[in-house]
Amino acid sequence: MELTGAEIIMECLLREGVEVMFGYPGGAILPTYDAMTRYPQIHHVLVRHEQGASHMADGYARATGRVGVAIATSGPGATNLVTGLATAMMDSSPIVAITGQVARGAIGSDAFQETDVTGVTLPVTKHNYLVSDVEELAYVIQEAFYIARTGRPGPVLVDVPKDVQNEKIEFVYPENGIRLPGYRPAEQAAEDQVAAAIEMIKHAQRPIILAGHGIMMGRATNELRELSEKAGIPVALTLLGKGAMPENHPMVLGMMGMHGAAACNYAIQESDLLIALGMRFDDRVTGNLKTYAPGAHKIHIDIDPSEINKNVKVDLGISGDVRTVLAQLLPRVEVQQHPDWIARIRDWQEDADERDILHHNTGEHLLGAQVINDLWRFTNGEAITVTDVGQHQMLEAQYYPHQRPATMITSGGLGTMGFGLPAAIGAKFGRPNEEVWAIVGDGGFQMTMAEMATAAQENVDVNIAILNNGFLGMVRQWQEFFYEERYHATPMFNPDFCKLSEAFGIPAMRVTHRNQIEESVAFARSVKGPALVEYAIEKEDIVYPMVPAGADLHNMIRRPKPGEVIQK
Amino acid sequence: MTDQVLTPVQTEEHQKHTLVALVENKPGVLNRIASLFRRRNFNIDSLTVGRTHRPHVSRMTIVVDSTQANPNLIAANLLKLVNVIEVRVISTQPHVSRDLALIKVRTDSPESRNHVTELCDRYPARIVDIGPEVAIVEIASQEDIVENLIEELRPIGIVEMVRTGVVAMGRGIRIQDSEYEPPTKAKPTTNGYQRFSV
Repeated sequence: MELTGAEIIMECLLREGVEVMFGYPGGAILPTYDAMTRYPQIHHVLVRHEQGASHMADGYARATGRVGVAIATSGPGATNLVTGLATAMMDSSPIVAITGQVARGAIGSDAFQETDVTGVTLPVTKHNYLVSDVEELAYVIQEAFYIARTGRPGPVLVDVPKDVQNEKIEFVYPENGIRLPGYRPAEQAAEDQVAAAIEMIKHAQRPIILAGHGIMMGRATNELRELSEKAGIPVALTLLGKGAMPENHPMVLGMMGMHGAAACNYAIQESDLLIALGMRFDDRVTGNLKTYAPGAHKIHIDIDPSEINKNVKVDLGISGDVRTVLAQLLPRVEVQQHPDWIARIRDWQEDADERDILHHNTGEHLLGAQVINDLWRFTNGEAITVTDVGQHQMLEAQYYPHQRPATMITSGGLGTMGFGLPAAIGAKFGRPNEEVWAIVGDGGFQMTMAEMATAAQENVDVNIAILNNGFLGMVRQWQEFFYEERYHATPMFNPDFCKLSEAFGIPAMRVTHRNQIEESVAFARSVKGPALVEYAIEKEDIVYPMVPAGADLHNMIRRPKPGEVIQK
Repeated sequence: MTDQVLTPVQTEEHQKHTLVALVENKPGVLNRIASLFRRRNFNIDSLTVGRTHRPHVSRMTIVVDSTQANPNLIAANLLKLVNVIEVRVISTQPHVSRDLALIKVRTDSPESRNHVTELCDRYPARIVDIGPEVAIVEIASQEDIVENLIEELRPIGIVEMVRTGVVAMGRGIRIQDSEYEPPTKAKPTTNGYQRFSV
């Protein structure tokens, strides 16, 4: 069968099981856009900015575990993808980006809309390709999907010159087209490592499991739960690890780190054994490395060998697929309980409960924590929530417990403002039967709010909750704590979000009191297609607890108990 | 050559480590590796690339100062690059390493000519070009011996110098080789793409 390069791209996407792609056309990718008309099985979503395309592909990938696909033209189209690629790289999200490039003969001549895209994206992709021969194309796309989804997943970019898209060749799909001599996706634990881990777990008095994104990417949620229950070990979650184990499980302590649960952080600091599973000791998780879990032996199981001993020196590092390694460990783990340790943690939790804002009398003020907690209540805790970055994101992590894997989608490592709305659209395409809420702040929302038009054009049934405090809230919080309340460049003039939404044809509602939240959820659910709710929340609220950047993990700024004086 | 010259002097603080990587012989691979070192902030002493007896496999020798970077972490990061086939830290095992230098020195007096000739007798070095003004001294030896020679030539008057950087190989039967060959290109007139399994 004689096909053009563009048609080969579409053939290959079809065989990878791609059902939707997010993109924006332009000169250098036009042959592929034309070929799309002959492949109606793959739905193309027209975004309003290529950053939206990469975030949508990312949201789709995180919601489904499959590879998300973004497509853009050369030059500015490709450079606009970069933020989304970097986001996916930091959070190990499998996406494949296909970009058009100027014709081979023009490469290097500063042609119109030419950029060295493989050069620009080299540090923010797991791997990238410039396809210089149409015969290579099918191999490259097959490899790109394979690299994106295997091992530690990540973004892969394929740059295809326009004349390669146009060239015709006789095409037979390479059934086994992977040619990667140096690519080892995963290993398993050696016998002596398994034995050492079992010994360490057996002798631990105050063990704690740190569960990360890898648990879900490696589909090891059952194994995690079994380890925790069998060996009686409490579980702390990273931000991206939310959903690794049901958060109503008594062994789950909640999120760790800078805005994590205080009990979680105290438990880590006082533990005598850390078992880190599919997480990478980000600085937002550890605080000051010199004082991090000083009395603990540390076991680190991660699929990426370069993460072992990178930030935290460990006693036992096992590089391997977390599910495989846990399956090796589980039969030999002894049944144990640590009642004294658990009791100590419960004390910390009770203290935290007293400080919880939900148990305070806050009068007429509508607080972000209340909004998130009510969203949780009125969605039965079952929605897929996709957040942006900032205070609302941390509040989501604290006040919206998740019971199922891959129901909380957020930009963790890169902290990409503007991620929320497009990623929510992508997530909804991946899981159309689930209720999807984009929970965003007024700042981040305005970075990518053009994707409202995408949501309206595709009639995607996402519910958008804007927590509007008229500030870049998290930055304002830092200014309050560390810059003597000089609120520079954080107060925001905002548009009327409801009128704006209606201009896109998206029904909207404004909430100013807590007793309207239930109604707002019912309203958003009743709209078939996108809906927007603006919550006008307290302007100068603070997310507690907080470990100041670089401080010891146990030295948190805590919310005072009722009657206590605020200490800054 | 005296024993004294050939005994490498390595103090604990300046322990050098040598890594050898086999990589796919493709455009852009060196850029990927250089980019990795830059963005991970790994300081390296030297990096050399060359071909091997396999047409599709190149070989890199990387020397790092262990006070600047952890060689095992560098190896793990190199292995993550898709085009890197294999990496070993070979300095923990017996190995041979060579650095080649061409050093142009002033030889415009009988004393300097004699001095250079004498040094070439003491070191594994030779004069490959000589004229009334300058001579080129070639040495291929361990890095520290090359450095010793350079220090001895310096007072005579070095006017130009080039070094290749270190290349190294494990001793004995520890073979580091990859038989990798990419699949032959498709022949559209036969069966399209040929199958290939790694």
